[in-house]
Amino acid sequence: MRLRSLQMILWIAATAAVVAFSAMRWWPATDDSAAAASAFSPAFALADSEGSIRTTAEFRGKFLLVFFGFTSCPDVCPTTLAEVAQVMDDLGSDAGSVQPIFISIDPERDMRLGLADYTKAFHPAILGLAGSEAETQSAAASFKIFYEREADTSSPDGYTMAHSPGLYLIGPDGAWLRQFTYGTPAADILSDLQARF
Amino acid sequence: MKHFLLAAALILSAPAVMACETVTIGDLTIEHAWSKATIGAGRPGVFYVEITNGGSVDDALIGIATPAAGMPMLHETVVQDGIASMPHAMSIPVPAGQNVQLSPGGYHGMLMGLTTALKEGDSFPVTLSFEKAGEVTVNVDVLSLRAEGPDCADAGQ
Repeated sequence: MRLRSLQMILWIAATAAVVAFSAMRWWPATDDSAAAASAFSPAFALADSEGSIRTTAEFRGKFLLVFFGFTSCPDVCPTTLAEVAQVMDDLGSDAGSVQPIFISIDPERDMRLGLADYTKAFHPAILGLAGSEAETQSAAASFKIFYEREADTSSPDGYTMAHSPGLYLIGPDGAWLRQFTYGTPAADILSDLQARF
Repeated sequence: MKHFLLAAALILSAPAVMACETVTIGDLTIEHAWSKATIGAGRPGVFYVEITNGGSVDDALIGIATPAAGMPMLHETVVQDGIASMPHAMSIPVPAGQNVQLSPGGYHGMLMGLTTALKEGDSFPVTLSFEKAGEVTVNVDVLSLRAEGPDCADAGQ
């Protein structure tokens, strides 16, 4: 009987040690990643389809869902914008807390083809922005994303754009929160957002 | 009430959805041919389809042609090191005994030089050229911009 008690005490001690060890492993890691995530606040100053300059500062207080793409992109961009549109519909009364933004990495051609027509066809809430080449590069750099024009005779006008296809979430304070990799289902994006309200 | 529900079900399922048509040539079965509505005719459209090779000989899709676009080509979306690019695919392998999908985020036909904007509910023919099986024409349904694929009872995806 004394042996049983001793065994139990040892088991409890072992369990407590595992819990304490896990807590020590986990808490500092979580703090680190939170600090790293809030260490940068992406910024842009880009024209909308009316020609007004829109900046990150005006959207403080809202979550931003930002996607970089180009409107002549037949596969990746419509797929992601369709997911964003679905998320906006499914957010219901919370939709006002989220501003979806499409930043053109092919601004000259997209302005010529019509940016607002394109974004509105997916969802009226999506704001399309297209700046100068320099403004676009600066916005992309602040999001730490990559894009590049590639010569391609098998594409319209002889070129296509290679780009980071993720969807980026910025918090109401302007700080970077996370990336949703290409192909993340709308339902997963929705539940992530809902957990933050 | 039972009859009413049955009638309603039949009416709802009545519109023949061509994307759900199955066309065969030799050992190849081609189905679920669909496209997405475009915003105007100035941007390329897209073409998706599913090909099953039931035979014992490898084949390959080497080209597409359609009266809907002046310059239809095969492309592949490739995401590598976090960058998406869309190289031209000279041919898409259709190995013996396998099922190959041209679907969002992978292989797709890019329809450049559209003769007219593609509208949801429209359909247009696309002729697929296979290295060995030859040519076959399928009807392509234009679905909404937000569609993820045709809704076929047998889609099994």
